[in-house]
Formats: sequence, structure tokens, C-alpha cells
Amino acid sequence: MAALRTYIIVRTLMTIPIVFTLLTIVFIILRVMPGDPITAMVGMKAPPEYIERLKEEAGLNKPYHVQYVNYILGIIRGDFGRSLIWGKRPVLAEILDHLPATIELTIFGFIVSIIIGLITGTVAGVKCYTKVDTTLRLYSIIAYALFIPWLGMMFQLIFGVYLKILPIGGRIDPGLTVGWNTVTGLYVLDGIITGRYDIVLNALQHLILPSLTLGIVLSGAYTRLVRANMIDVLSQDFIRAARARGLSELKVLRHALKNAFIPILTMMGLQFAILLTGAVLTETTFSWPGMGTFLLERIKYVDYTTIQGTIVFFAIFVSVVNLVVDILYALIDPRIRY
Amino acid sequence: MNIGFELIRKMLAPWLKEASLMLKLGLAIVITIIALSITAPLLTQYSPIIKVGDALRPPSTKHLMGTNNLGYDMFSRILYGGRTVLTVVVSATLLSMCIGVPLGLISGYYGRIVDRIFSIIMDSMYAFPSLILALAIAAVLGPSMVNAIIAIAVVYIPTYFRMVRGQTLSIKSLLYVEAAKAIGARDLRIIIKHILPNLLPTIIVVFTMNIADAILTEAGLSFLGFSVPPPTPDWGADLRAGHEYLLAGYWWLVAFPGFMIMLLAAGFALVGEGLNDILSLRGAEKR
Repeated sequence: MAALRTYIIVRTLMTIPIVFTLLTIVFIILRVMPGDPITAMVGMKAPPEYIERLKEEAGLNKPYHVQYVNYILGIIRGDFGRSLIWGKRPVLAEILDHLPATIELTIFGFIVSIIIGLITGTVAGVKCYTKVDTTLRLYSIIAYALFIPWLGMMFQLIFGVYLKILPIGGRIDPGLTVGWNTVTGLYVLDGIITGRYDIVLNALQHLILPSLTLGIVLSGAYTRLVRANMIDVLSQDFIRAARARGLSELKVLRHALKNAFIPILTMMGLQFAILLTGAVLTETTFSWPGMGTFLLERIKYVDYTTIQGTIVFFAIFVSVVNLVVDILYALIDPRIRY
Repeated sequence: MNIGFELIRKMLAPWLKEASLMLKLGLAIVITIIALSITAPLLTQYSPIIKVGDALRPPSTKHLMGTNNLGYDMFSRILYGGRTVLTVVVSATLLSMCIGVPLGLISGYYGRIVDRIFSIIMDSMYAFPSLILALAIAAVLGPSMVNAIIAIAVVYIPTYFRMVRGQTLSIKSLLYVEAAKAIGARDLRIIIKHILPNLLPTIIVVFTMNIADAILTEAGLSFLGFSVPPPTPDWGADLRAGHEYLLAGYWWLVAFPGFMIMLLAAGFALVGEGLNDILSLRGAEKR
């Protein structure tokens, strides 16, 4: 158990320089790079006094090293600054308003991609080096190459415009949430907690197309991973032993799948960053009120502190998720220790 | 250098190998799209940025892919858009290769503190959502073709770096590198003459795979409005513009640009896969 504790402590400490580096990269991109962000975002035609005022408010006219120290200290205190518009709300509060929508979307997208990935990967692994395998390999490449907004729009066309059976935008019908207090901000979960099953149903209907879009595009990576692991596991002794004992092929597969699943966990950390990228595009396509639409909206309105805060939040969020995934992996697989 | 030539020979003669169905298919797609965008002026009489007919007309013999809301011919926008996409993506990937490969070589060869610093920077960037990184850079620099190239290039530096650094580490300890050192070859000579040629095949594979990925990133950037400014034809931007007319059922405004993005990305991914197959097959034969 001591080894596990050491691993967790060392891995957590290792996150600090990574977060620090990311924060520095974000700082360099937003402040030190040629061209100043405010002018770039307002446009050259804006009056100089207006640009000066925005810079003043964002603290951009101090020397770089002072800006940098203020920036890092602020983040350590959990202070992401205040929005330059909309009543100067704290950026973190605004982020937390939009985070649940993105999390709900990524969870469902992730579930879809895992289900498709497990099925296609297992089939490809069992039938490896056959026509079925080649077809599924092609599927994984095409799924990867699909452009999320395009797939989303094709779904919108088919299910929203022609068949008219599913909503093509938003999280929920606006009328439903009047007078309803959310608990976690995840509508499906909140609906179950508060017993509002009409909300659950409506939220799920809104989730179908976005999560299918996100899930299908990301499933390709899992197809290949599950396939490779299945081929590896199926050739091991315990599978031969299981077959020799006369277990049905279905039970053998269940054994194999359990073992093939462990390496997939490590992928999830990296896959999470891809999931977030995908979520930004999915959100824009389906007018989903999450972090992605939020960030883009604020870029449009030159809300500089909010833009910086949101990108910093993404950086920390990704690092923490990677940390959690690595620790989970260590808990499951006792071979992972320092 | 042999390995590089051998690979090119195998690239040119894919029909010789059973395993290169992926490569053949991929090359066919990629070459077709490149040819179409180069010969665009011969294939269409319409300019992509001039009103040539009624707005929002469905595909017909006169306008193969219909016209958009401004009365531009969608078919010529698709053809000329291919030029934009290929220019941005290939330049960006080349640029990140020119930065990532030397950094990886230095990091892997010299090790120590330089390696530590480069590695942590590159690993952090690698873990960060690529589109959001590119978006931040493009938003600061402002929408233009050069800026889109820079933004995309930055995103793909870590892929080259990680691969080159890893391979340099293992090649560095091989006997012939030791021998070169023993007879007094300088570091630069060892890196360029003895290590780099061994990396070429993998660099080519990573290059093609990165192009596939960069096509999607470029499409994402321009879909969100951070690549070439209108009216320059660009598939991602056209998709965005067409989205506004989706509810009215003008399917041709979105169907074609998005399909082209998928086709081109899949084409390069297939080429990458095919090349990778050849490489790993050769590795297997050696063993």
C-alpha cells in the first residue's frame, strides 16, 4: 500500500510543473506574442481611447514580469479575474455556469464512443485479418476523418429538418425549466433527483444527436485500441485454459474483454483532451450552451479576462483529469508503481 | 539514406504489395483532390468569389453543386477551397516539422536539462486540447491565412518532437553511433548523417498523419471563423455559412464542403496507415 501512496503523491507533484508550464504557455500566447490581443479582437478601426481603456481594465499596460506574477498569483488564489462586460461577474462563476452543459455532453458522447468502440473492436479482434476486420479498420479511419460539424449537420438535416423527430439545438425546451432549481447542473441527473421525469425525457431527446455526433467521431480510436488489446489477450494462456475447460465462447469473450479493458483506461486521459476539442465543435453546431460556445461568444465580444480565464481553466481541467485517470489506473493495475 | 529511398520506391510501387490496399485508396483520393484543385480554372468557368447566378439554387447541370446565398457557384468554391485548405495545412505541417524535428533531435541527443525543459513544454502542449490552443493563437493574431498556418503549426510541433526524441534516444545507443563517436565525428555530423536518415521513414508517416489531423483542425478553425477571412473559398467557412440555411433545407450548402473535408482527411490518414503498414512489415521481416 505504501508503494501506491508514493505513486499517488509523486504523480500529483508531477502535475504542478505541467500546470505551471501550461499557464506560462497561455500567458505567452495571450500577452507576449506579437500583435496585442485587444487590438486584434476589437479590430484596427476601434478608437484608440477605447482600446486603451480595455487594456487598462485587463491590466495589460504593466510590464510583462509584473503581469506574469499577478496572473500566476491570481490563479493560485482561485481568482480568474472579472469579466470585462456583463456586470463584471467573476470569470470563475461564469465558467462554472457553463461547465455542467459541457460535462453532460462529454459524458454522453463518451458513453456512445465506448459502446461503439467496444462492439466494433471486439468483433475486429475476434475476426482479425479477415474482411470484417479490414472493413472495421476502414470504419475507424472514416470515423476519425469525419468533421464533427458536418456529421452533426447531416443528423440535423435528417432527424430535425426532414423527419422532424428530434430537436436540433439547445439543451432543453426553454418552457420546461421555469421555476425549476437545478442541483448539479446536469439536467438528466437533476431531473431524476427532483423527480421531474418530463425534464429527464426532454433533456435526453436533446442529447441524442449531439452525443451521437461526438461519440461516433471519437469511437474510431477505441475500435483500434480494443481490437489490438483483444488480439493480445485472446492469445494468452488463460484464454486457452478457459476454452479448454469448455467455457462457452461468449464467456471466454467476457474474460478477455475484462482484461482488454485495462489499457483503454490510460487512453482515456489523452482522449479527454480530444473529447473537449470535439465538444467545442459539437456545441457550436448544436447551439449547446457549454464552455465552447461560451468561449467563442466571449472572443467575439473581446471579453479578454474571460477568454484568458476560460483557457486557463481548460488547462487545469485537462491536467487534473489526466492525474485522476493515472491514479485510477494505478489502483486497478498493481504493476504501476514508482 | 537507403531506408528513405526504399520507402519512396515502395510508395511509388504500391501495387506490388498486397498489404497496401489502404495506401492505394489513400493515394488515389489525395492525388485526385490535389489535381482537382490545381486544375480548377480548367474545370469550371465560374470564379468562386463572384455572383454568377441566382442565390440558393439546388444542384443542376449549370451549377453542379448549386449556388450559395450570395449566388456564388458552390462547385468552384469547392475546387478553389481545396487550394486554400491544402496550402494552409501543408505549410503548417511543414513548419511544425521544421521546428519539431530539430528540437527532438537536440533533446534526445544531448539529454539532461535541455531535454527536461523541452519535454515538459512539449508534453504540456500535447495534453492540451489542440483546437482550443490553435483557437487562442488565431484569436490573438487575427484571422488571416498566415496566422492560421502559424496557429496550426504550433499545435503539431509536439507530435514530431515526441516521436523524434524517442527514436533518437534509442538510436543514440546503437553501436555504429558509438563507433562514429569513437573515431571523433562531431555531434552535428552524427545527428545529421547517422541519426536523421534513420528517422526519415517515421517522419514521413507522422507527416502524413499530421496532415490528416491538421485538415480537421483547419476546418475547425475556419468553421469557428478564425482562418481565412471571407470571401476566400474555404470548406470549413462554407460549412459555417451554410449552417444558417440548414433549417430551410438547403442541403447542398453543407453536404459538399463537409464531405470534402472528410474525404481529404481520410485520404491522408489512409496514406499514413498504408505507409505505416509497410514500415512495420519491414520491421517484422528484419526480425
